[in-house]
Amino acid sequence: MLAYVLLEDGTRFDGDAVGAPRDVTGEVVFTTGMSGYQESMTDPSFARQLITFTYPHVGNYGVSASAMESDRIHARAAIMRAAVNPSRAPGAEQGWLDWLREQGIPAISGVDTRALVRHIRDAGAMRGGVFGAQTPEAEARERITAEPSMVGLDLAREVTVAESRTFAGDGDGPRIAALDTGIKHSIVGNFTSRGATLELHPCTTTAQELLASDPDGVFLVPGPGDPAALDYVVDTVRELLGRKPVFGICLGHQLLSRAVGLDTFKLPFGHRGANHPVKDLRSGRIAITSQNHGFAVRGEPGARLRTDYGEAELTHVNLYDGTIEGIRLLDVPAGCVQYHPEAGPGPNDSLGLFDEFIAEIERGSRALA
Amino acid sequence: MPRRDDIQKILILGSGPIVIGQAAEFDYSGAQACKVLLEEGYEVVLVNSNPATIMTDPEFATRTYIEPLLPGPVRQVIEREQPDALLPTLGGQTALNLAKELHEDGTLAEHGVELIGATYDAICRAEDREIFDATMQAAGLRTARNTIATSLSQARVALETFGLPLIVRPAFTLGGRGGGIARTEEEFEQTVATGLAASPIGQILIDESVLGWGEFELEVMRDAADNVVIVCSIENVDPMGIHTGDSVTVAPQQTLTDRQYQRLRDQAIAVIRAVGVETGGSNVQFAVNPATDEIIVIEMNPRVSRSSALASKATGFPIAKIAARLAVGYLLDEISNDITRSTPASFEPALDYVVVKWPRFAFEKFPGVDPGLSTHMKSVGEVMAIGRTFQQAFAKAMRSRELDLEVRPGAGDLLAELETPGADRYDLVLEAFRRGASEHDVHERTSIDPWFLRELRELALDPEGPFRGVRCYKAVDTCAAEFAAETPYYYSAWERSGANEVRRGERPSVMILGSGPNRIGQGIEFDYCCVHAAMTVRESGRDAVMVNCNPETVSTDYDTSDRLYFEPLTLEDVLAIVEVEQPEGVIVQFGGQTPLKLAAGLEAAGVPLLGTQPEAIDHAEDRGRFGALLGRLGLRAPAFATAHSEEEALAAAPRVGFPLLVRPSYVLGGRAMEIVYSTAGLEDYLLRVARGADRREIFLDRFLENAIEVDVDAICDGEDVWIGGIMQHVEEAGIHSGDSACVLPPHSLGSEMLAEIREATTRMALALGVVGLMNVQYAVTGDDLYVIEANPRASRTVPFVSKATGIPLAKIACRVMLGERLATMELPQDPGGDHVSIKEAVLPFDRFAGSDALLGPEMRSTGEVMGVGADFPAAFAKAQAAAGARLPQSGTVFLTVTDSDKSAVVGIAAQLHDLGFAMVATRGTAAAIARMGIPVERLNKLGEGSPHVVDWIERGDVDLVINTPTGTEARSDGYEIRRAAVARGIPCVTTISGGMAAARAIAAARAAAPPVVSLQEIHGRGSASPALAT
Repeated sequence: MLAYVLLEDGTRFDGDAVGAPRDVTGEVVFTTGMSGYQESMTDPSFARQLITFTYPHVGNYGVSASAMESDRIHARAAIMRAAVNPSRAPGAEQGWLDWLREQGIPAISGVDTRALVRHIRDAGAMRGGVFGAQTPEAEARERITAEPSMVGLDLAREVTVAESRTFAGDGDGPRIAALDTGIKHSIVGNFTSRGATLELHPCTTTAQELLASDPDGVFLVPGPGDPAALDYVVDTVRELLGRKPVFGICLGHQLLSRAVGLDTFKLPFGHRGANHPVKDLRSGRIAITSQNHGFAVRGEPGARLRTDYGEAELTHVNLYDGTIEGIRLLDVPAGCVQYHPEAGPGPNDSLGLFDEFIAEIERGSRALA
Repeated sequence: MPRRDDIQKILILGSGPIVIGQAAEFDYSGAQACKVLLEEGYEVVLVNSNPATIMTDPEFATRTYIEPLLPGPVRQVIEREQPDALLPTLGGQTALNLAKELHEDGTLAEHGVELIGATYDAICRAEDREIFDATMQAAGLRTARNTIATSLSQARVALETFGLPLIVRPAFTLGGRGGGIARTEEEFEQTVATGLAASPIGQILIDESVLGWGEFELEVMRDAADNVVIVCSIENVDPMGIHTGDSVTVAPQQTLTDRQYQRLRDQAIAVIRAVGVETGGSNVQFAVNPATDEIIVIEMNPRVSRSSALASKATGFPIAKIAARLAVGYLLDEISNDITRSTPASFEPALDYVVVKWPRFAFEKFPGVDPGLSTHMKSVGEVMAIGRTFQQAFAKAMRSRELDLEVRPGAGDLLAELETPGADRYDLVLEAFRRGASEHDVHERTSIDPWFLRELRELALDPEGPFRGVRCYKAVDTCAAEFAAETPYYYSAWERSGANEVRRGERPSVMILGSGPNRIGQGIEFDYCCVHAAMTVRESGRDAVMVNCNPETVSTDYDTSDRLYFEPLTLEDVLAIVEVEQPEGVIVQFGGQTPLKLAAGLEAAGVPLLGTQPEAIDHAEDRGRFGALLGRLGLRAPAFATAHSEEEALAAAPRVGFPLLVRPSYVLGGRAMEIVYSTAGLEDYLLRVARGADRREIFLDRFLENAIEVDVDAICDGEDVWIGGIMQHVEEAGIHSGDSACVLPPHSLGSEMLAEIREATTRMALALGVVGLMNVQYAVTGDDLYVIEANPRASRTVPFVSKATGIPLAKIACRVMLGERLATMELPQDPGGDHVSIKEAVLPFDRFAGSDALLGPEMRSTGEVMGVGADFPAAFAKAQAAAGARLPQSGTVFLTVTDSDKSAVVGIAAQLHDLGFAMVATRGTAAAIARMGIPVERLNKLGEGSPHVVDWIERGDVDLVINTPTGTEARSDGYEIRRAAVARGIPCVTTISGGMAAARAIAAARAAAPPVVSLQEIHGRGSASPALAT
């Protein structure tokens, strides 16, 4: 069955419908990772987004429970050049396309994804949709227009846990409270396997509520949407800074940055993939990183920053475009990175950052006690 | 960290002649490194014995030494040049082994030469199996359980501990030479013996079997600050058990989950750190058991490799170039990505296409050789294809192979045939699917991953499937279109919309068609010419557009042309590029037969061809028309006839006269060409060969016995002819010119004959209407000159002549084709100079157990070397040493020659006797030698009982064999003698003239090591003699 991708500027790409038979709209983005399709689809940060996979073959090794990054698919659709559905691959529990269909997720294959990516690269990420051939283009266009823009959108409330949950660590590490704006299983796993206990709270939890349980530190997690729409989380963080060590990843990095007075902005087409070089300016070492973000923190790399909480140092920079990848406050125990040290999918170069986070939380917690 | 200023002069070692397992990829990597280091302001001293390389072009180094890659000559270069550093990681295993030897014998320390790129300890950790295993274990990585053995009894312990099957690999050999898989006890003993003999240190490794596991390779780069990136992952479609050089491989990997892949990535990084390669690229090979998730590190190469050349071409990440910069101190983030120009090299390429590599085999050249594939590499070349899907890439790679004969699977049980993999296995897999086999059936026999089998089955059942849609050209840009690319290269894709990415620009373009996969008869020499054509086109202010599918080459470096199309060289594929490029002209005369075959089709499609027109090519190739032309010019040719049936051939033979040179009409590299001496011999030939020749024409030529063969390379612009070089073959006519050693200038032709040759060449070129290069082969008997053939195109000898004379023939030819006149170029009349250059062929007999090491009219060599000296013996000794047939300085010579050579062999025996050699010979030869009063011991022939000649050779009691063939009967004494000599690595001379040259060379080498001299000194200031004289 035929289907098509339509973008808000009217650009159309045809393909074959291979997922659930329904139309869907959202922001059309692309990821350049060459493996890890299941991890990406289940990453809450992709909420309301249609993922274009630049690698042509998707589905090669099927899907399995162990590759889930959350309990369900968050992306709205998969746009592919050559999807396959084998279920006999070693380790596969189900075929990729069977799974998408079962989960009700539309998917399109046979699309000239390279042409689509070049268009987005030049024109910027934009709204769009995947539609069955029977849907008239005019109707598709109306539905795209009705889709809200990503700018100003609070999606944390859509993906956050309904009530608090605790993930006990495999040891006697610190107790860390996390505000759930879209946690990934790999982040939980990286804390618990290092002995830390992670208490996951709805993103609307207030500072008082968090402080009441007296955690050793607070962690701000990744997630979808515009950080500028999450003032309530930013306010919570402002109250926590200086009272608890606060660390974060991705959206958590953007929220922490906003909390100390820095700005965020929307990147033209985002960073999504598994090959961006990030330099740790303190050690000079370069890590190949997993990336998945559409917004970034404004600032000039290399410079010291004045913040509402004293001086901050830029610790990490993206070597592709010079954007900020990490910040650390010098006067209060707090720091964050834009990229994904937890991988899932992507390289494991930065797993050591979790040891750093935990050590700093322990140190900060003792200092503030 | 910035560029190192404490070193000024860097020595780079090349990889020598093209051999199986070490091919043109090292010219690509070495040329890149030389270029980069010169750009960085270093003095570069290069040693490489292979003249057919771009890296040995004088402008690629400060000093270029075409000398044997052996400790002696390299030590002489070091003494002369006093380099500060040696970069050993770009010349394959040859350079690495040589660097190791020079460290061990103290040369490097004595002259204060620092090893950069890889230290001595790192080389040992990677190369010595025992140390490697210990290093991996210390890093927490698993290697296959294995043991090291230096004797058969030690090896038996492994047999008892691990059980069969077992893998045997000799230490320090190329491409697994001498190794194999043992499935039975008998095979085990045999493989162990071969392996021990093949290892230069008499050491083998016996591995537990991981047959059938998935085979993966990761290309890793590390800088001095310990930053590491993975450039590319490569998955072997053929599982463990087939050498990766013989496997069909795909990039990036297709079947591993992200988590499995990341584990390989982590391990590859751990390997390069543990081995301690401080800067540069390495290749790490893994076996992965898909069912159990087990990972085993198979090996690592602490240098650029065949796979790294492939990875560079597959991703656009130039590994060798970046490795060279890292070696002199730069960090990855200080080097920019050439393709995007806006991002640094400290990243990992993202592909949005699939790359498939296919090996190219040449078993048809070596009758009697086991064509089965195993851990011992047998392919002679490779092709690479890029597609948007695996099926597109796979189908394009298949048609890029350019097989001489299509594979026609038999009616038998294909599945049973698949159990023993051969060169045709994928043709069989596809046919099996067409005949209804299931993916499961094929998986059971081949262990190929189900993902590939599913794709292959789809392709088998619907071969047009991947090519539905619109053909368009997409770019390789390192980043999956995330950033705009400044200097991308292109591949054809078939898409629904057909969005084309080629940015053609306004300048006129000239398209150069490359030579496709390396094979015997069409090697790196033609790529060399194509690269020179691209340089010349660019210098002329036009855009050079290159089309080729061979990833090992310099021509497929994106730097070589303005636009590169990585495409099969079929008419259809080329015409589609012409459509996009609208070139001013297409050049077909530099890439060998591959583009020449397309000339007529291109002309018919109205595509302008530059240089010699197809009509003139046909005139030279059509025997009747060419014969008539020679008649008109008053030039002589041996009598000939063309037969269309066996009967016609037998009828024509007496008229032409025996001996006859017989061959089927369309052959490359003298395939299926033989000399027959009688009607019975002709009948036998027709029965064996012409039957399979598809009823095509059979050519019969009178063979001129004991003639001197001469090769001429000339350039014609339509009005003037310039003779670039006249070469005299060392072997007599009858040995394929590609396998014969040749000398420039000729060593025994008089000035009258040379003048006659010049005159004949000039008249032929003008009469044919050649514009560009022409190669003529002559035979000289007494005072008579015969024209054997004329080819109006680049020949195999063009690079050799260019290196010997210092004048780049291919560039001059290209300028002529672009409209310049020879008269305006101020070319010297006789560019020979006063030194002697000798080209020697390098033969692969030692890689093909069971092949006959006899030279004949069919070409078998894979590569060539060059020796330069003040006189013939010095140059010949160097050429022999460089070719690996290092002549002995003393010891025992075994002689056995055919009756007609008996008188001539006596002279050789006398000379060797005077040099102190002991003589042994078979009865007839011994009698002839004894008659001259030379002491000689008589040996038994094979039929005369033990101990016979082969026993002597196998015992190692012989140091040099001189054996001229007596007949064509298979499995003769001669065959067994040559086989045994090759197996023991004893030089084996099969012609009288070769024997005489060897004797003179031994005498010269005994006198003194010939001095080393750079090309720049020989050609630059025209004063070669002072430098060459001792």
